This record gives sequence, structure tokens and C-alpha cells, in this order.
Amino acid sequence: MLTATEIQAIDHEISLVPYKKATVIEALKIVQEHRGWISDESVEAIAAHLEISPAEVDSVATFYNLIFRKPVGRHIILLCDSISCYIMGYGLLYNALQNKLSIGFGQTSSDNRFTLLPNVCLGCCDHAPALIIDKDLYRDVTVEQLDDMLNKYA
Amino acid sequence: MERPLTSNIHPDRPPLNLKEYEMTGGYGALRKVLKDMLPADLQKLVQNSNLKGRGGAGFSTGMKWSLVPMGENAPHPKYLITNADEMEPGTFKDRLLLEGNPHQLIEGMILAAYAIQADISYVFLRWAYHKAATFLRKSIQEAYDAGYLGKNILGSGFHLEMYLHTGVGRYMCGEETALLNALEGKRATPRAKPPFPQISGLFGKPTIVNNVETLCCVPHIVNNGADWFKSLSYSEDGGTKVYGVSGKVKKPGAWELPMGVTMRELIEEHAGGMKPGLKLKGVLPGGASTDFLTTQHLDIKMDFKSVAAAGSRLGTGTMIVMDDATCPVGFVHNLQHFFAQESCGWCTPCREGLPWVEKILLSLEKGEGRKEDIELLEMHTQYLGPGNTFCALAPGAMEPLQSALKYFRDDFDKHIDHKKCPYGK
Repeated sequence: MLTATEIQAIDHEISLVPYKKATVIEALKIVQEHRGWISDESVEAIAAHLEISPAEVDSVATFYNLIFRKPVGRHIILLCDSISCYIMGYGLLYNALQNKLSIGFGQTSSDNRFTLLPNVCLGCCDHAPALIIDKDLYRDVTVEQLDDMLNKYA
Repeated sequence: MERPLTSNIHPDRPPLNLKEYEMTGGYGALRKVLKDMLPADLQKLVQNSNLKGRGGAGFSTGMKWSLVPMGENAPHPKYLITNADEMEPGTFKDRLLLEGNPHQLIEGMILAAYAIQADISYVFLRWAYHKAATFLRKSIQEAYDAGYLGKNILGSGFHLEMYLHTGVGRYMCGEETALLNALEGKRATPRAKPPFPQISGLFGKPTIVNNVETLCCVPHIVNNGADWFKSLSYSEDGGTKVYGVSGKVKKPGAWELPMGVTMRELIEEHAGGMKPGLKLKGVLPGGASTDFLTTQHLDIKMDFKSVAAAGSRLGTGTMIVMDDATCPVGFVHNLQHFFAQESCGWCTPCREGLPWVEKILLSLEKGEGRKEDIELLEMHTQYLGPGNTFCALAPGAMEPLQSALKYFRDDFDKHIDHKKCPYGK
């Protein structure tokens, strides 16, 4: 079941395009914004609202890496693993994060605080290595800075 | 030296608001065009300026626009889309323009929309650019409130709506036709061409997709003329270019410079040369999907033709520098991991070939490679090359691989002969 707020936001998107189905991605973004991730039930609810099949919604949901089809932690760490950050040593950050949080890429810490994901180039290669936590961008990151950084996220 | 795109950008300050942008002459080009110029005149002006697309392909912008059906019988709505899905590894130039002066982009978009008589425009922005999204939302609203967007713009009878669309990831969205699929709420897979988007694009209607930097040039061309724009450049491609350098140089960064400065000037002067103790070994001149160039190419001009003549592509003009302490096999493995992961899976050579290439490179890096692996890699550079795939992703992926095999073959052989990475990984 979609909430009234979600339906209102999705219907606004529908009003801007020629047909309902074109808003699948927007609908997924809206529901994920409210619930943190996209469950099977959410897929079915979006499909019903847009009058398409759940499989069609899921084909889109599973294509895009920032739509989460599994539950995630309270905060998402996106660590850039592309070439400039590779040269500048993102591997050291990854090792340190693995040790501190006891998780690897694609996993969520046992206290449900962080999910750690790799991400393609974040577009700040002149300040590599870089990572994003939730919506905050960190640049020129060193292993020494990680503790203070993580402590900001409860 | 004139820097029209960045002279009003100060990275330590918020971007110009509408009033401040107008004080610098902002929206003057739009007033001029709506008052004095027909859409065809604007198309011609941009064609004469030799502005070439800054997204990487380098196609003439005015020529691209001229392929859109015009006149009373043209299908509507027509669309103008900014490709702000900057996700080419090593590329960070559009971020500078998006965060630095959003009104410059918006004015460029309205002008481009007028030139093709578009009704609706989108900024397709990648998810990771949160700051740019905040500034763009605010600036688009300011432009609506001032009458530069919406119905009957400045009393001219021209209408234009503008929306910001933020993506949910995937490099493929930067491919023009995959971007259209994403905007239609589909998986970002490429479309067959023809029909080209100019004829049948978003929702089957005529559509132009232009890069951020390309559109930012348009107001300046209108204000100062085609000859002025051409005179900014050291080469036959008009204008300035936002170049960038990343890797182990002293001062990585992005700078607006005349189109056609040399690679040497960029690396040695603007980026301050290599960090102490390191030597330059190779350069990807325009992002991850361009061929390596080496020290012998330092004096080539960074314009579309000269870089192509040297065997690579200008691409996005943001170069990645590889130093002599970084393993070329590990470097190329990182690139192929990226391309294999980002393949949309639509066509077989790309979906199956890239993971194979990635695995071979990983085994080489771990010291488990065999002599025959080099031949396998070489075979893939042919089979995944131009003409065998639906879009440019796999051929682009093969560019750094084929040139690494050409220039750094020794390093590949050493991994096999010594059964380990000679760079100590």
C-alpha cells in the first residue's frame, strides 16, 4: 500500500509526462525516500498504481544501482572505486572501513548503522579519494579522518 | 586570456543568483535573440562558431540542431535535454559549471530550445551531484519568476518548460539514447539508430541532447559572435575548453583554457608536474574510454583532430595521469571492472566479453596469467571494437586496453614471466 503522501508525489510526476508508466523511476525514488528501500510489496504497490506488471517495475528497480532492493542501514557509504581514486589509494580507505565496520561492499553493519557500497566515479577526481555518506561528499579523504567522519552519523 | 565560461565562477563562494547573473550581462543573449533573431539564424550562428559537442564525441552542435524538423508541420512537443550525467571516470568538468554558474547553463538551454523551437526541456543530472541539484532547483525557479521560462517568455510568444531530473545511477544514462529511455522510466539501454533522436527522441518526438559545457558556450557566442568564439581557440575547433588533470600530479584541478593547449602545458604548468619521485608513464587524455598516450605525445594539441591524429580521443578533455609507480595492468583492470559492471547487458559482446576481459586482467595481476592470455585480450579488442556492439561502451572500454597492450606490453609480459605483479601488489 502506498501512503497518501507517496501517491500525491507520484501523481504530480504523472501530470508532467505523456503516460503513467514513464514515472516508474520517479515512483521508486519517492517510495525509497520514505521507506529507505524497495520491498516486494512496494514493487507491487507501484505496479498497481501505474497499471503495469510488477515484473516491469522490478526490471527497472533492479537495473539502477541506487535503487535498493534489500534493506539498508541508517546511513549509506558510497566509496568511489573508479580510476582516479584507485590511483590515489581508495583501497586503503576500503581496508580501513572493512576493519572499523566489520563489513565488506554490499553489506550492512550488525548495528544497522551503515551500509557500505562501491560507487563509480563521483566527479571530484582532483580531490581523490572521495566518498559520499548519505548526501555529504568528502574529498581528499585519509584513513586518519574516518573515525571523526563516521562519528557524525548515529 | 578570456575565460567566458568560468570568469564568474568562484569555487569558494555560492554561485551567482539571478540578479547577480544579470549584472554580469546574464540573460542579455536571450533578450537579444528573442528580439532580433529567427531560430534558423541562431542555428547558423552556432554552426559558424565551430562549437563542437563537449560531451566527448565532438560533433558540430549547430549541425546537430539543424537536423531537427522545423516549421508548422513539425511534430510537437519537441525536447531539449542537458546531459549532466557526468560519470565518465576521471571527469569532473561539468560539476564545476553546474555548481559554479547554473544560470549560465539555464540561459544556454533556453537559447538552444529556441533554436530548435522546443517546448519542454530537462536537465538530466546524476544523483551524486547534490549541490548542483540544490543550486539548479533554485535557479530554475528564479528564471520562472523572472519570466525567462514558462509561457510567452519576455513577451516573445516563445514558451518553454524546464524540469530537473535526477538519476538513480548507471553510467549508461550518459549515452544519448539510453538517457532518453531512462527519462521515459525504462532501463537505460541504448536505442537503434536511425531514427536519430533529432527525428524521434523522447516519447518519440524530436529531441536534442547536449552536454552541459556545450550549452554553456551558447550565450557567449550570441553575445560576442562566431568569429570571436573561433578566435578564443588555438585550433580549428571553436572556443575554450574546460580541461582537467587528475592522478599523482602536484596540483590536480580543472581550468578553462583555449581549445588546443598542449598536454605538456596542462600537466607541467597548470597541474604543476608530477609529485616528487614520480615520472609520467601514460595519460588517458579524455576519460576512461580513451586510448593511452605517453611521454612522446606531450606536445600534441588538446583538440579533437590533433588527439585523434595521435591515436586517441579528446573525449571529455579531463585527463587521467598514470605515474611510473602505478601498475598499468592493475590500472587497466580497474577500468575494465568499471566497464564490465556498467555494461547494460543489452548486447552480447559487451555483456559477455567485458567480464571475461576483467577476469583475465585480474588473473594477470595475481600472477596467474598465461602467455595465451595476451592473445585473448588482443582478440577482445577486435571483437568488442566499433561495429560489433549496439553502443560505444564496449568499444570505448577497449581503447585503454588496446593502447596499454601497445605501449606497456613489457609490463604485461613481466606479470606472466615472474608470476606476480612487479609493482608489488
